[in-house]
Amino acid sequence: MSPGQPRRCAGACQKVRGTSRSDARRATSRRQACRADGSVGPVTLDLVTPGDAVIETAALTRRFDQITAVDRLDLTVAAGRIFGLLGPNGAGKTTTIKMLTTLLPPSAGSARVAGFDAVREAQQVRRRIGYVSQMLSADGGLTAVENLRLSAALYGVPRRERAARIDAALEFFGLTGQARQLVKTYSGGMIRRLELAQALLHEPAVLFLDEPTMGLDPLARRAVWERLEALNGRGATTILITTHDMEEADVLCDEVALMHRGAEAPGGAGGHARRRVRALRRRLNRRRRHVP
Amino acid sequence: MTSVAPARPHAAWAEAGPLRAFLRDTLAIAATELHKLSRDPTEIVTRAVQPALWLVVFGQVFSRLRAIPTGNLDYLAFMAPGVLAQSVLFISIFFGIAVIWERDLGIIHKLLVSPAPRGALVVGKGVSAGLRGLAQGVIVYVLALLLGVRLQFGVVPLVVVALLVLLSSALFATFSLSVACVVKTRERFMGIGQLLTMPLFFASNAIYPLSVMPPWLRVVARVNPLTYVVDGLRGAMVQGGHSVLGLGPDLAFEAVAFLALTALAARLYPGLVR
Repeated sequence: MSPGQPRRCAGACQKVRGTSRSDARRATSRRQACRADGSVGPVTLDLVTPGDAVIETAALTRRFDQITAVDRLDLTVAAGRIFGLLGPNGAGKTTTIKMLTTLLPPSAGSARVAGFDAVREAQQVRRRIGYVSQMLSADGGLTAVENLRLSAALYGVPRRERAARIDAALEFFGLTGQARQLVKTYSGGMIRRLELAQALLHEPAVLFLDEPTMGLDPLARRAVWERLEALNGRGATTILITTHDMEEADVLCDEVALMHRGAEAPGGAGGHARRRVRALRRRLNRRRRHVP
Repeated sequence: MTSVAPARPHAAWAEAGPLRAFLRDTLAIAATELHKLSRDPTEIVTRAVQPALWLVVFGQVFSRLRAIPTGNLDYLAFMAPGVLAQSVLFISIFFGIAVIWERDLGIIHKLLVSPAPRGALVVGKGVSAGLRGLAQGVIVYVLALLLGVRLQFGVVPLVVVALLVLLSSALFATFSLSVACVVKTRERFMGIGQLLTMPLFFASNAIYPLSVMPPWLRVVARVNPLTYVVDGLRGAMVQGGHSVLGLGPDLAFEAVAFLALTALAARLYPGLVR
C-alpha cells in the first residue's frame, strides 16, 4: 500500500473491470462520470490503495441503559468500495454510523476510520469523513449556496477555492439553477442532493450515508444513486451506506453486511433476509471491481 | 488486507491555526443567523411588542406613582435600560429551543460531525443571539426616545452598550443551550424556560434598584448576570444615569460568566445528539 502516492481520476477509473453486461454498463457509466466532472478539478487526494481497510472496528459495542444497540461488531470496509450495511429498523445501523462518525462514543471496543481512532483521534477522523444523516437536514431557512458556504467554512476549505468548489458541486448535483433558492422550497430529492454536495466539498476519504434514499421517489432515488456511483468511480471516496432496501444494496453496493440485533449476522439473521442477502452477496462477488 | 492506512485530507490544505479556525467557524455559524434574520424582519417587529408594553404601560404608570426611589432619574429613564436587558434575556433564553429544533432536524449532527471546535459552534450561537440582541437594542432606543427619555449618543457610551448587549445575549443564549443539552426535549425546555426567566428578571435591578431589595434578594441579585447588564446599561445608556457597581466590574462579570458558560456548553453540546 502506498498512501503517499496521489492517483488521478483516470487511473482510478481504469480500475473498473467488468465481464458481464451489467458490469460493462457500470464501468462505462463510471468512466463517463469521471470525464463529466473532470471540471471539478483533478483529484489530487492522497488515496488509500483499493484493498486496504479504510474502516475497521473491533468488538465495537454501544449500550443504552439496558439495551445493547451494537454488540461486539467487527467490520472491515476496503478502500474504494460502496459498502452496504443492511438490516431491519433497530438493528443498530444508525448507532454504528454515529460511532464511526465520532458522534457517539462506544461503550466498548474500538473503531478506526481513515487511519485514525474514532475516539482518541476524533478530530483527525472528522477532517476526513463526510456524513449525511437520515433526516433531511439542510437548513431550510438558507439558500443552497449559503448551506454550502457553511460546510466549506467548517471543513476549512480555503477561501480562494470555495466559490469554485461550490459551483462545481452544484453543477454535479444538478442544483445550479436553484442555487439561490431557499432550501425550504426544495423537494426531498433536491435536499438530499444538496446534502451530498455539502458532505463532499472537502473531498472526504469516507462518506457515511444513513439511509440516503429513504422517502424519495424512484426518480429521485435513481438520481442519488447515479451520482454516488459516479463519485465512487473517481476512486477517491469510500462510501458506507445503511439501508433496509435490498434494491438499493443490489444497485449500488459492491459489498454488504447484514446487521441483526446489534451484530453482524454472517448467517444468523432470520431465514428469509439471510437467504436474500446471501444471494445478493454472490451477485456482488461476481461483479466486484477490485480484487483485494 | 492490511490495516487501516491514514488517509490525508486534501493535500493542498494546511490546517488553519486553532485561533483562526475558531474565529472562522464562529463567524460561519453567525452568518447563517444573519441571513435568516435579514429574510424575516417580521420577527424583529413582533419582538418589539413586549418592551413597548413594559415602557408604555408599566413605565408610564409607575412614573406617576413615584413609588420607587430612582435618584436623579425619572422612572422611565431608570427602567429603559432594564427593559432592554429584559428583552435581551427573553430572546436569548429561548435559544435552546431553536437548538433542540435543529437537533430534531439533523442540523446539529451535521455541525458536530465537522471538525469545527465545539467551542466555536457554541460561540457562533452566542454571536447569533448577540445580533438579535442588538436589533432589540435599536428598538428599545427608538421606543425610549419616543417616550421622551434622554439617551446618550456618544461613541463610547454606544460602544459600551453594544458590548454589554452582545455579551449578555451570548451569555444567556449559552446558558439556554446548556439547559437544552440536559433536558433535550422541547416540552421540558418550555417549562424550564418559563421557570427561569421570571426569577432572573425579578431578582435583578431591572425595574427597581438594589437598594430597596430585602437583604436575601440583594444577595441573589448580586450573582445574577442580568443585574450587571442593567447596571452597566444604566451608566452608559441614559443621560444622568450611573452604574452603582462600576462599568468595569459589570463588563468583567459578564465576560467571565460568558466564558465559563461557553466552556460548560461546549462540553455538553455533543451530548445533544447521543
